Amino acid sequence: MRILVCVKRVPAPGARIVLTEDSLGIDTRNLGFTTSPHEECAVEAAIQLVEEHGGDVTVLTLGGTDADEQLRYAISVGAHKAVLITNDDLAAGRDADAVATAKALSAAIRDLESADGIFDLLLFGNESADSGGFQVGIRVARALDRPIVNGIKGIEIADGNATARRECNDGYEVYQLAMPAVLGVKEGINLPRYATLPGRLRSKKAEVTHLDSATESGRVTTTSLATPLEQTVNTVMLGEGAGAAAAVVDMLVEMGLA
Amino acid sequence: MSAVLVFVEHDRGVIEESSLQAIGFAREVTSSSVAAVVIGAAGTEVAARVAAAGVDAVCSIDASALADYAPEAWGDACAQYAKSVDAIAIVGCGTDRGNEVLAHIAAVLDTPFISNITQYEASVPVKLTRLRWGGSLLEHATLDVGLAVLSCAPHAFDSPQSGVGEVPRSEFVAALRDDAARTRIVERVSLASGITLQTAPVVVSGGRGVGSADGFAHLEALAELLGGAVGCSRVVTNQGWRPHSDQVGQTGKRVAPELYIACGISGAIQHWIGMQAAQRVLAINLDKDAPMVTKADFAVIGDLHEIVPAIVEELRRRR
Repeated sequence: MRILVCVKRVPAPGARIVLTEDSLGIDTRNLGFTTSPHEECAVEAAIQLVEEHGGDVTVLTLGGTDADEQLRYAISVGAHKAVLITNDDLAAGRDADAVATAKALSAAIRDLESADGIFDLLLFGNESADSGGFQVGIRVARALDRPIVNGIKGIEIADGNATARRECNDGYEVYQLAMPAVLGVKEGINLPRYATLPGRLRSKKAEVTHLDSATESGRVTTTSLATPLEQTVNTVMLGEGAGAAAAVVDMLVEMGLA
Repeated sequence: MSAVLVFVEHDRGVIEESSLQAIGFAREVTSSSVAAVVIGAAGTEVAARVAAAGVDAVCSIDASALADYAPEAWGDACAQYAKSVDAIAIVGCGTDRGNEVLAHIAAVLDTPFISNITQYEASVPVKLTRLRWGGSLLEHATLDVGLAVLSCAPHAFDSPQSGVGEVPRSEFVAALRDDAARTRIVERVSLASGITLQTAPVVVSGGRGVGSADGFAHLEALAELLGGAVGCSRVVTNQGWRPHSDQVGQTGKRVAPELYIACGISGAIQHWIGMQAAQRVLAINLDKDAPMVTKADFAVIGDLHEIVPAIVEELRRRR
């Protein structure tokens, strides 16, 4: 089977997010970058599925040329092909909005499919870690007229169907989609593997296909970013080491918890 | 009519309370009329609840393909109704299902969808604030005039206290394609309930500092004594020490206990997002400068492997 996974390169912030001087972006000078966590699990899910059923995994992203890092990481853990959609705006670090991103991805998927055949499964992350729009996968599925369910934490393939599991309040729900289908994956579906040394060597030599895309400006414009006001807390120190146990239990009693 | 439509989330006739917050949000979006859209086999209870929460009209859309939750078909149905009444906006609450159906509606109508809004000013252009990074960053943005699909962040808007009770009711028949229900629920599995992370009054959570799967034994003992549940950070699930279902954070569960006991958790933003709604936080950590310690209400500095058993012992001694 042929699986395509759409991924997004995002910064990996530590304990606090620092903004750039113009407040329009995150100051990433001291940060590493990673694949948005839900999508990292989507890549792993795709690799596991082709290990079981045969086939190949393509990873696709939209971004600046530095997103090459995340594509090569996907190859190092077992993806077979990588495609980067980029243009001057994206290379300059300007984000495409959800509508523009979905359009560019849909167009690229159509191109890839007309060259090499339909993808049985398109996998997305449930939402990106940074912008959290909850919509790109759904827009792409609609543009390609394929069924989609979000929030997926289990996938099984049989008889041309994808059976997908999603958590709900008191357990889980099972959906069945005829392939070709699209799934929005959530972290927890699996534990992504680490890259092996041969995998890393393979990823260095791999060819990343570049596609161009026009950037359209949308109706939503970010004017600034801000960190939420943090309530300053005066932490009450209950003590050090095991000797603090009595003070902790006093606090529990006071709160009515013990 | 040009109303703002509110997508009412329910599961087989049981209303999702956050839908009522979306009604409060709709009142910020427009000063004219707000109509609730109830899709599927909802029974009478749901429509009555939204009517009592102060909408101006309720529209029901039902069909066999819509009876149970089906995100695509529900999106189609709501989008068609929005077109037929020339709605100025469609809003809902930013839950899993809310954001899912709203994204479908926006895709069908080829219009922007802005998720998890916390502030909305109905100016020209619209000025709004929404959540990024799971709530640890706010984005201020403008939205040009035109049809838009919007979700409010859970708990960002109050649900209206009361309405007139009796409002006009209508039914809409959606023209659905033959395979409209191609994404529908084919099976439901209920898992044993009891004390869960989301309902527990105390969550005892462990991070990298716990050091191993076995290290959680003391945390479990403490949770049991307090009638609480055990949680963990992402590092812990990545190490395979605990299942992902125990993970608290941006990509795990959001918890809001009376007390969150963070054992050996440094307090990265992604974790803080999952437990910031806790009423009180007790941090147990080797590092007095760890963000979790400086943001906590209470802290004990030292080795959790000595401190947690000592608390367990002290609790047992006092019983």
